[in-house]
Amino acid sequence: MPRSLKKGPFVDVKLFKKITKMNEIKKKNVIKTWSRRSLITPDFVGHTFAVYNGNKFIPVYVTENMVGHKLGEFSPTRIFKGHSGNR
Amino acid sequence: MARISGVDLPKNKIGFIGLSYLYGIGRFNAVTILKSAGVDLNKKVGDWSDDDLTHIRKIITEEFKVEGELRSEEQMNIKRLMDIGCYRGLRHRKGLPVRGQTTKNNARTRKGKRKTVANKKKVTK
Repeated sequence: MPRSLKKGPFVDVKLFKKITKMNEIKKKNVIKTWSRRSLITPDFVGHTFAVYNGNKFIPVYVTENMVGHKLGEFSPTRIFKGHSGNR
Repeated sequence: MARISGVDLPKNKIGFIGLSYLYGIGRFNAVTILKSAGVDLNKKVGDWSDDDLTHIRKIITEEFKVEGELRSEEQMNIKRLMDIGCYRGLRHRKGLPVRGQTTKNNARTRKGKRKTVANKKKVTK
């Protein structure tokens, strides 16, 4: 079930503050974040995030198409290198 | 012969079943179409008059996406997911289930026919 529209999109407050600050001074640094649960809003477009996947930070460059997805969707947490038989 | 958006409808079927032969129109939509076109639901497809047909065609072209158009839209949606490299896109690329189903067993619809891997010989001591 999707989130109630009444509540609006969910973005971690911490991250949101960082973004608004960056947008004010028109700077585009890489933002390190653990907040995989945050929804990508139109403010995020053009920024690069380093999204934590439990091991390291995966750089994610946000484009317009990504709006509406969560940051975590772009930073896979599992690696599958194939079965032993397929080598 | 009733031909709607490039598909021949079966003549001997009842109206709303026949309409559901179109890709993108199921029974529910078929019933609503027939109702708004003012055609009796239980009339067979072969018995539709030309007038009925034009009504039905008009409604479908105006309000519904069917067949090729719908298929290409679906493909575009999938392609979008793959292009932005999100988790769902990756699953589509690999041909694995997209919505978090388990893949230890089953998942055959997505994975296709079983590919048996030859057994590794056990080391005998």
